[in-house]
Amino acid sequence: MGREREVQKHPISYTVEQLISVNPYNPDILPDLENYVNEQVSSQTYSLDANLCLLRLYQFEPERMSIQIVARILVKALMAMPAPDFSLCLFLIPERVQMEEQFKTLIVLSHYLETARFRQFWDEAAKNRSIVEVVPGFEQAIQAYAIHVLSLTYQKVPRSVLAEAINIEGLSLDKFLEHQIANAGWIIEKGHGRGQLITLPRNEFNQPELKKSTADSIPLEHVTRIFPILS
Amino acid sequence: MAASFDYEGEPATYEDVGVGQRQQQQQQQTELGYDPNFVPDSVKTFVVHLYRHIREKNVYEIHQMYEGSFQKLSDRMFKESPWPSVDAVAPYVDHDHVFRLLYREMWFRHLYARLSPTPKQRIDSWDNYCSLFQVVLHGVVNMQLPNQWLWDMVDEFVYQFQSFCQYRAKMKNKTEQEIELLRQYDQAWNVYGVLNFLQALVEKSTIIQILEREKEGLEQFTATDGYDYNGGSNVLKVLGYFSMVGLLRVHCLLGDYHTGLKCLLPIDINQSGGVYTCVIGSHISTIYHYGFANLMLRRYVEAIREFSKILIYIFKTKQYHQKSPQYEQILKKNEQMYALLAICLSLCPQGKLVAEDVNTQLREKYGEKMLRMQRYDDEAYVLYDELFSYACPKFITPSAPVYEQPLVNYNQDAYRLQLKLFLYEVKQQQLLSGVRTFLKLYSTIPLGKLATYMEVDEPTVRSILLTYKHKTHAVDSDGKIASNADVDFYIDDDMIHVVEAKSTKRYGDYFMRHILKLEEIINDMDRVKVD
Repeated sequence: MGREREVQKHPISYTVEQLISVNPYNPDILPDLENYVNEQVSSQTYSLDANLCLLRLYQFEPERMSIQIVARILVKALMAMPAPDFSLCLFLIPERVQMEEQFKTLIVLSHYLETARFRQFWDEAAKNRSIVEVVPGFEQAIQAYAIHVLSLTYQKVPRSVLAEAINIEGLSLDKFLEHQIANAGWIIEKGHGRGQLITLPRNEFNQPELKKSTADSIPLEHVTRIFPILS
Repeated sequence: MAASFDYEGEPATYEDVGVGQRQQQQQQQTELGYDPNFVPDSVKTFVVHLYRHIREKNVYEIHQMYEGSFQKLSDRMFKESPWPSVDAVAPYVDHDHVFRLLYREMWFRHLYARLSPTPKQRIDSWDNYCSLFQVVLHGVVNMQLPNQWLWDMVDEFVYQFQSFCQYRAKMKNKTEQEIELLRQYDQAWNVYGVLNFLQALVEKSTIIQILEREKEGLEQFTATDGYDYNGGSNVLKVLGYFSMVGLLRVHCLLGDYHTGLKCLLPIDINQSGGVYTCVIGSHISTIYHYGFANLMLRRYVEAIREFSKILIYIFKTKQYHQKSPQYEQILKKNEQMYALLAICLSLCPQGKLVAEDVNTQLREKYGEKMLRMQRYDDEAYVLYDELFSYACPKFITPSAPVYEQPLVNYNQDAYRLQLKLFLYEVKQQQLLSGVRTFLKLYSTIPLGKLATYMEVDEPTVRSILLTYKHKTHAVDSDGKIASNADVDFYIDDDMIHVVEAKSTKRYGDYFMRHILKLEEIINDMDRVKVD
């Protein structure tokens, strides 16, 4: 695909983000964007804008599409949950491409995450290591998403529910909890005889009283309207 | 499927309906003798005056002729035939290069609206836009044109692009000549070309910087509706401004909602009196696409709020547009936005965000359907399908066909994909309306009890509750979480605590409004005394 050639074309070495902001509708930056996807995978970084830009170029010139790159973008998008990035990517990928086996698997995985069926998710992911494990940090990212949804929902969550959602059990879970107690303010209590209960940090979503009452506040610009009268 | 048939036969697009009939009419016209070189006196007068007003920078008169005379003449003399050719009128306007481009732009627009363009005419119209935008981009114009006209240029440019993509994708019945033409002019309406023109207009106009500087009080743009009172040209600036709306629309047509919204970011849609609101077509197009993109991004509250605002605006002002050539289009978009609002409210029942008059209209139009959409059975999906198909943008596949393969139609592919993904989302939310109903009945309820009521096991009810939280808490582009939930709750071990959002009255704003009102009345009374 002449990738090397392409890289040398920019001796001043623009960053990919700069390339996109200079001209997002330029077919010549396609190889740079593909390399950038691989870079995001290896360096555990993420740029939705760059990836959408690449999917758009594929949409304009389907013959240049690389299935492998699209798969990596989709795994990265799953890792960005709870953001809707996975759907955003699917909107741009032609239906016949979505019929490929590995994409069907990813769509099923996304469905389990979207509907918070973590048990099924981890089972399915385990069956498809070849797809998800090429991207470092996958497990941690999904665990972070699971914890995010749990924190929106629970003030106190039973240990078993947590264990299932993040797919960690036994001693590893003890270690994980220790870490969260030290760093994230989690607290462990004894439940009603049925194992531990974990108190998650309070936020305005699992404790609605914390929600700031915006209803009573008036934006400054509205107040400025009566300044002339007050003076 | 009924829904996709509806989509096909969308009446507002000019080309799909009765093409054969139109072509016949056209043929009759030629037989009756449409002579492109014949210039009736009224047209002579029209171009001479329009040309003079443009040279004299008389925006008011230009606007009158553009909105009024052009339509009147079209209705009277060119109902079923094109206007005289540009070469025929050129002698009356000093063969002025820019005027020729402007005239042709109107000429094609009229042709698209009333007749049906031939493939060659589509390509010629693209060429004309290229020349016109090149002239503007190279900064050699010093004209002042009405905002309405500038908006129409951008709007029509995107419309013709969309129309071309639809035309090109219907490969099945293409003649060999047509295919040869498409191959030969493969740059015409090329998606890169279209996007780059819009992008270039945004950049060259420095409109983003202008809007930034305006916020700091260093420059005026909004206050003068984009016009330059010192005699400078408004053309590039305003075209650049409207091109941001154009980019939003193109990205929506491509299914790229995130990027579309990003293109609109420099325009603060909450600012009252923004330039995008000074042309009704632009106002509607902006909010329609903004709302649709937010719907697809699951930011229902934002979509509901903006749809409600524009619908109440149309409700109050539509009588003033009855004579406008855009009136039909306004009504059509109005109806589509009601359908989108019905979808949003079915997924996110926040009726209190909707203005009262809009709510009444909505109940009339969709009340019964919305009730059925709450049920999430097969019939409900049919309704979601129907409303979405009726109200969605006319999605396009931007790539050229593969001519070597057997020729198949692919003009529905993009629409089918967006519909499928949307219905997939609906399906993921199907159990939420049930859980919502139960939660509303209790202030606390044990998980096990809820599971029994919903006829599922406990792990499933936990998943449903987590799904509810996930789907009702949208994440915006900065990663901030915003709650869309009408009923909220939290779980403490096995107990669900329900918190219904109370509708708090906004006393603050109420008092502010009345302080201002009182002051006005006192001022009025003071004046009376002086008299």
